[in-house]
This record gives sequence, structure tokens and C-alpha cells, in this order.
Amino acid sequence: MEIKVGLASCGLAAGAGAIYDGIKDYISSKGLDIELKKTACIGMCFAEPIIEITTDDGKNITYGRLTDADIAPIIDSCLQNNPLLEKAILSPDYDCPENDNKASQTRIVLRNAGRIDPESIDEYLENDGYKSLEKVLKEMTPEEVIKEIKDSGLRGRGGAGFSTGLKWQFAWQNESDKKYVICNADEGDPGAFMDKGILEGDPHSVIEGMLICAYTIGADEGYVYCRAEYPLAVRHLKKAIADATERGYIGDNIFGSDFCFDLHIKEGAGAFVCGEETALIGSIEGKRGMPNLRPPFPAKSGLWGKPTNNNNVETYGNIPWIILHGASEYRKYGTETCAGTKAFALAGKIRNSGLIEVPMGTPLRKVIYGVGGGMKFDKPFKAVQLGGPSGGCIPEHLLDTPVEYETILKTGAIMGSGGMVVMDSDTCMIDIARFFLNFTQNESCGKCTFCRIGTKRMLEILNRITRGEGVLEDIDTLDKLAHQIIDTSLCGLGKSAPNPVLTTIKYFREEYIAHIVDKKCPAGVCTALLKYTIDAGKCVGCTACARKCPADAITGKVKQVHVIDQDKCIKCGACYEACRFDAVVKV
Amino acid sequence: MENKNEIDAIITKYKGKKGATIPLLQDLQSIEGFLSREIMQYASDQTGIKIADMYGVATFYSMFRLKPQGRHIIKVCKGTACHVSGAETIFHAIQSHLGLTDLEDTTDDGKYTVMEVACLGCCSLAPVMMIDEETHGKLTPDSVGKILDRYE
Repeated sequence: MEIKVGLASCGLAAGAGAIYDGIKDYISSKGLDIELKKTACIGMCFAEPIIEITTDDGKNITYGRLTDADIAPIIDSCLQNNPLLEKAILSPDYDCPENDNKASQTRIVLRNAGRIDPESIDEYLENDGYKSLEKVLKEMTPEEVIKEIKDSGLRGRGGAGFSTGLKWQFAWQNESDKKYVICNADEGDPGAFMDKGILEGDPHSVIEGMLICAYTIGADEGYVYCRAEYPLAVRHLKKAIADATERGYIGDNIFGSDFCFDLHIKEGAGAFVCGEETALIGSIEGKRGMPNLRPPFPAKSGLWGKPTNNNNVETYGNIPWIILHGASEYRKYGTETCAGTKAFALAGKIRNSGLIEVPMGTPLRKVIYGVGGGMKFDKPFKAVQLGGPSGGCIPEHLLDTPVEYETILKTGAIMGSGGMVVMDSDTCMIDIARFFLNFTQNESCGKCTFCRIGTKRMLEILNRITRGEGVLEDIDTLDKLAHQIIDTSLCGLGKSAPNPVLTTIKYFREEYIAHIVDKKCPAGVCTALLKYTIDAGKCVGCTACARKCPADAITGKVKQVHVIDQDKCIKCGACYEACRFDAVVKV
Repeated sequence: MENKNEIDAIITKYKGKKGATIPLLQDLQSIEGFLSREIMQYASDQTGIKIADMYGVATFYSMFRLKPQGRHIIKVCKGTACHVSGAETIFHAIQSHLGLTDLEDTTDDGKYTVMEVACLGCCSLAPVMMIDEETHGKLTPDSVGKILDRYE
């Protein structure tokens, strides 16, 4: 029997480390013949901690939401080939609640994540690892690789959607004594964790993709620029680079060819704008990460002024699969203009949040209600936010939009790198617009005036509206400023910063009006427009709210109706959460 | 200067290397947990990197700190999923548990420094915080106090 434990960062945060130790102790104390393995993100983060068991008679069952008490009964039942199914979430052999979830996904870039031990190069090699690199070095010219990647229709997964093959061709065409490849792992969008899942779960696939790119464009040195907030990804990447170097996949004369390659990790120091490629290059050079005017594009003059190819983690992760299976096989997934699959980080008010991968062209509705299992607590859907701070909020009536770069762009949002945050009726759209603008305003590098000051003015207006001090002209001013920022900013950060505001004005104008004219926040989020009161008909006098109130604003005796002193109330909502009788109401 | 040998070793490692400013400052910061003016001036004198450039880099990136910080760093996630799940309330609960005002980020006993971060990528467990390198999820205003009390 074999047991795999999902030990990616969210699994660990949910207690998977203790589950792993518990299983290990149980195996050794009972002297059981069980192989215990580690893997990374299985993707079903909503059910962490997760283990996957393969029984001696070849049955495969994934268990979720485990506690220490589950370990012994589950292991014992599986050893008797009669597995307990109460906590089983997924299985090809038994009827489990998440079987459809798995079936509606297509895993190409996440092919190994959650299946193999990311710290074992041998497990990567057993799963076709470094075979594509060998094929490229032994059988293909750079022109042939470029043609294959172009034919596959792969487009940059960082969000811009530029043809990867074409990008490589530009870097290949520019002759130079020195060229670089860079992997952008500075996944800064709040609400996005695809690249983290790939780096933690399958770091070798990204390294192999980079090696193939380096051979193709003629580079001999590369950098992975990784966010410092992802310590586990950095650790797995470091181990993977060390192991690949030891086995000769990185270094001199790889596979006996003339191709030599050296790979470094640069840990980011915390600046969202460094996701922009010219800023990222500046940061590797040791400078403040501020974007530069393009052209010249990095393919001509990038790192240290040399031709440089920069792709995102997910883009590189697709490359080995495409080389091994061929462009036409990749084209079988997705649509005419957007081939292949896309990884998404599903989060927010959705039942099955986690890391998923679906073919391009899948309608948003299918992603949210199919793979995502629908809304948490069955609350009404309000919007889905795509593309992080550069993206926008897509409302219910556009849920049949297929996920493709162009169709998403038409809604006013962007595909982005793959963050998908679902919002329900408890989310205030003005608050969300303000949240993203606050983020981009903080992260603006300050180079372009409108991005630096315009976003600040927009934020002030939004703050005013959420305090109930807005006027109707504010909506027009926001719109005007937004377009000025878009027109006058150098890089993607500024050009897209107003998107969350523009899309919320476009689709949720009535909420702006409710805040401005009626001085009400329909979602009950903006505290200045909100009052908590106690419904005397429902209050049973259990004192739960009074005990939770941090401001001592609630008075009342046991078994008597309680009252909130509005002058003392800080509107933290603790009483609302504490009441089990729905007696605390937001008005 | 304290830790001179350690500082010199770091400077030797990066001196003359291109693009060294950020990793140099990252390593120097790891000694005392922050970059003092004294340490930056010394590193500047030794490496020839202008102190203005160092200061420019140190103030640009959120990871660099110019004043002493607590033994434990609490990073409160303010990502989208955490925001819609009540990150603001969690932040206030941490502040009130540690007795910090909006203008302070480090406790008087030097035990904790609290900061907001954009996204820790554990959105399924929102709201989330990271203490040192350990991530804690599904936080409630009640649970944060219990978690904080576990740290020495």
C-alpha cells in the first residue's frame, strides 16, 4: 500500500504536517508495510489536509479534511481492501463527491503537481522528465523548436497572451555573444497562486522548459525571479536546480551536446511592479524595479543589455509536454485562437476553492458551478474577479463568456495570470474597486505622473463614496481620470490599474448610486453606512454578543433583550458573527 | 561595529559582482533583521555602491526595513480572497491582542512586528497570516490570540 500526503504550503497551513507525522508514527508503531510519500498541491485546497491512498489491490482513494483521529481507521480499512468512504473525496474506483470535479479538468501544466514528490528528481524522470530536453538537443534545430511552439498556439500565460513561439523567434534572431532566459515567478496578483502550485509541485518542469528555451534562442544563463513570500517554492526550486545540476541536466555539455546552461534564483524583495518584464530585469540588475519604455524589447536588449527571453512559470511548464506530445496534440485542447489549457486559482466565496486547470474556451459558468462546485453556503452569485488588480469584475449575465484572452477582454476584465475570485451578495463592489485601487496605488513605482497621482485621487474619491460623502459627479470624474491614467502610463500596471473601477461602474452602477444618493451599502460592508441593531423579537438574551463585543457596547441581562449602544459600537461585526439566533441585524 | 566578521564575509561574497545590491542588502538585513544606517554606510564604503543607490533600493522594496523589528514577523494577508473573508477584522484583532495602535508595527518588548502583505497564495484558507515561515489559515478574531500566545 502507498500513501501520499499533500504537503504544499496551504496543506501545511491546514495541518498536513501533523497528519504526515501521525501516519509515520502509526506505520512504525504497528510495523506496517506501507510506503509513505510526500507530494505537493493536489489542487483541492478546500479539502486540506489531503492524502491519497493506493491499496494493495490497486484501488485509489483520495481523502480530505483529515484529522488525527481519522488516520488509524482509514489506514486499517484500506489495508483490509475495504476502505472507509466517509471522508473519501475522490476515487476512480468508488463513488465520491468530487469525481466530477476531476473529470471536468484537463491537466497539462499541472500534470505532475500533487502526483509526484517535487523534491525527487527520480520521480520526475519516471514521468517523462527531461525527455523533451533530450529530444530537443539530439533531434531538433532551434528553428524546428520555434516552429513547434508556434504551431502549438501557446500564448504567454502571464496574462498578456503573446505568442510564445514568436517571442522565442525574436530572441533567437537577435545575434549576440551572450543571451539570457528569465522565468517570471513574481506572482504578485492578490488571489493568484497558480505559479506557486507549479513551483512547489513540479519545479523540474519549469526548469526543463527554461532549458529548452535557452537551447532554442542560444542562451547559456538563466534566472528564476521568485517572490520572497513563497519560501517553500524557493526551497523546492533550489533543490531541483541542485539535483538537475548533479545529474548533468544543468551545466556543461548537456546530453553530450555543445549546449551549456547555468541557472540562478533571484529572490524578489517585494514589489508588485517587478512582474512587468522591464522592471523585473531592472530588479535582477540590482536596481529599483521601474519599467522602461519598450522598444527596445528585451528580445533585443534585455538583461545587462543582452537579448533576453522572459516567460512566466506556467508558460515554461507547458513546454516539455508540447515538445514530447507535439503541437497538434496540444491544439486538440482549447479554441482556434487560444490553444491548450489554463490553470486558475479559484478562491473567494466558492465551495471548491483550489488550483484547477481547464481547456481554454470553457465557459466561466462551467468553471464556477462545475469544477468549483458553485457558491459557498448557496449564497447568490454577484461577480467573478479575473486578472487581479489589472482585471475586472464580471457579472452574472456574462457568465457564459468562454475563458479566452479576447472574449474576457471584451467584458472589460482581462484573463490575467489566472486568479479567479468569486464574490457573493455580501461583497460590496465599491469596496472591491477601492481594495484593488489601494493596492495598485501602493505599488505604483511613481515614474508616470498619472499613475502616481491619478490613482491617489481616484482612491480618495472611492474612500469618500464608501464613507457616504460622495456626489454623483464623482462617477464621471472617476471615469475621466481612469482614461487619462490608461492613456499616459508607461507599463501594464498603470494602463490596467483603473480596470476594477471601470468594470464596477459599468456593471454595478446602481451600487455606486446607492452609496452616493441613498447613503446605503447594499452588501453591508462599508462600515460608515452601516448600523448593527438587535431584533427584540429574536433576541433570547443568551449574552453571546455582549461577551464578544470588544467595545463593551452591548448591554442586557441574561434572558432579556440586549441593546447596542451606537455611540460605542465600532462596527466590527463580532456580535453579528456570534449570534446564533439571527437577532443581530445589519441596517 | 557588532558582527563585523559576518558583515565582512557577506561583503566579500558580493563585492565587484554585477547586480549585487539586492542580495547584498537581503543578506545584510538577515543579520540584525533590519538595515541600519551604519551598516549601509560601511557596505557602501567597502563595495563602492553609492549609499544613495542602496537607500533607493532599500526604500523601494517592501521587504527591506530601516528600523529594528520584532523576533517574530507576522504577515497578515490582505489578498483579495482574504479581504472578502474579513482580513481587516483579523488585522484589528491582532493589533488589539498585541496592544498596537495604527501608528505602531512592533511591540514594545520587541517580540512581534506586524505587517500587511499582498497575497500569501493560500486563498482557500482565507483569512490567512504567516508568522515567520509558518502559515495559519481560517482565522477568526478569537483564534489569532490563541495562535499568537503559542510563540515564545
